[in-house]
Amino acid sequence: MARAVSTQRKAFNTVVAWGVALLIAFPIIWTVLTSFKPEPQAVATPPIWLGFDWTTKNYHDVVQQRGYFSFFLNSVIIALGSTALGLLIAIPAAWSMAFVPGRRTRDLLMWMLSTKMMPAVAVLTPLYLIFRTLGLLDSRLGLVVVLMLINLPIIVWMLYTYFKEIPGEILEAARMDGASLWNEILYVLTPMAIPGIASTLILNIILAWNEAFWTIILTVTDAAPLTKFISGFSSPQGLFYAKLSAASTMAIAPILIMGWFSQKQLVRGLTFGAVK
Amino acid sequence: MGQITLSKVAKRFGDAEVIPPLDLIIDDGEFVVFVGPSGCGKSTLLRLIAGLEDTSDGRILIDGKDATALGPAQRGLAMVFQSYALYPHMSVRSNIAFPLKMAGLDKAEQDRRVEGAAKVLNLTNYLDRRPGQLSGGQRQRVAIGRAIVREPAAFLFDEPLSNLDAALRVGMRLEISELHERLKTTMIYVTHDQVEAMTMADKIVVLNAGRIEQVGSPLELYRTPRNLFVAGFIGSPKMSFITGAEAQKAGGATVGVRPEHLRVSPSEGPWRGTVGVSEHLGSDTFFHVHDTGLAPVITVRADGEVALSHGDTVHLTPQADKIHRFDQNGLRI
Repeated sequence: MARAVSTQRKAFNTVVAWGVALLIAFPIIWTVLTSFKPEPQAVATPPIWLGFDWTTKNYHDVVQQRGYFSFFLNSVIIALGSTALGLLIAIPAAWSMAFVPGRRTRDLLMWMLSTKMMPAVAVLTPLYLIFRTLGLLDSRLGLVVVLMLINLPIIVWMLYTYFKEIPGEILEAARMDGASLWNEILYVLTPMAIPGIASTLILNIILAWNEAFWTIILTVTDAAPLTKFISGFSSPQGLFYAKLSAASTMAIAPILIMGWFSQKQLVRGLTFGAVK
Repeated sequence: MGQITLSKVAKRFGDAEVIPPLDLIIDDGEFVVFVGPSGCGKSTLLRLIAGLEDTSDGRILIDGKDATALGPAQRGLAMVFQSYALYPHMSVRSNIAFPLKMAGLDKAEQDRRVEGAAKVLNLTNYLDRRPGQLSGGQRQRVAIGRAIVREPAAFLFDEPLSNLDAALRVGMRLEISELHERLKTTMIYVTHDQVEAMTMADKIVVLNAGRIEQVGSPLELYRTPRNLFVAGFIGSPKMSFITGAEAQKAGGATVGVRPEHLRVSPSEGPWRGTVGVSEHLGSDTFFHVHDTGLAPVITVRADGEVALSHGDTVHLTPQADKIHRFDQNGLRI
């Protein structure tokens, strides 16, 4: 029997849910509002909520003076590049773990995941020195490789979880039908796992887009993505909150829009395998 | 051609030997059924022949050539799986054409063969559908179509009808038998359903714990089971076994009588018991008779018109020439 929920209880739940949602979204809402304020009103005390002089000057300044689009382009290349490279490596890896597991496969998966618990700063010096030796500092290629490596455990895990759901008999049928390993992955496994691969792709793009530690440390100008663009606003001349907010809004807008349109896929990806 | 020879083939998973070394010859064009209880190794044996599992020992020859080290695709065999194993993202046409595409056949030849298979299997109207839009029987026919177009040396069926409902199963059973008549290609069929085994096979291989208990035609196995296991496994309802003095009197340590070889009477017969459960099939009725002092239960087949109630006393008479005698080791005398 379904549990009866009273109208008051429903109203209370709705208010609480909206309250929590607003609390979570508040920093983003405040950033967006601030980005439309003139600089003096952005730091006014008490804060001005909506009754300020709306302006788009901050956006104009950010785009004109700071070269937003080159940072944006770098972010796109690094996020997409690291994701594509990660998938290229992770799909065969997850295939072998899901369909031809060894005795230590589970341990290997756990170990891979455990690397995510390692503080990034622990490998800062060796990685910096390696990058300097190989001439990869401030290069898009270097960042693509680093971000791919950082997110590879998550990509492998997500794909492994998806692949485990695909019946092994279908792959055996492909083998009987004369498919080579490559054809089996290309024509059978990958198309069947497209929802899983899409979720993994979206999540990885978001993670790579938001990554700030390595992207700020390993770049100067040429390969600098939007994270570096934002950090550039904390200049010694003082903080420009309104411009910083405009820059932040422009940095998060693309990924926010992508996330909004793919939220169904994303939620499915993150909860896949949780329930049958 | 499609002669398959297993020579001392064995399979071990770690320390567990699931198939002790066995020999078997399957002749070209034969319909061979591997039958046995769950876990007896029949599917494993089929997978060894298919190349989906590696043998631990022994050799597998296909048309005289050693195929032991060959991959599944190189053996020239086609397999139909229990779950159909269709590619859900492809149309029926693409599913059937997939092995041809993998073999590098040109598009015109692919289309010709797909159309041909679809015609044989009544799938012409469904070629542009996805497997998800088909019924269980249609899906199984697509799986068979995918096997047919390869023109394999032999077909391997792994419990292909298990997922179908009873009525459809009977229909598909006939279709597969007709297909065998038409193609005359070797077929190896795995099932735990002895009705399928009896009705479809030229030769039945009865397996138990990875060992071959007996190989023979369905009627050979029914009439002259080599041991107690085969005697108990072949025949439905199963044979009743009697031990003790009555068995010795009949000339064996154990004697077996099939339900259809017992006559039931309210007053006459050497074995007396009480009717338990009655199963009415219309044409026949099976009575489960207790309290005979010979076996816990003796099953009797009677005409559907025979009316006996729970608790009635009955007398049973076995047909003397249909009694099966077994020695102390369970082997046929």
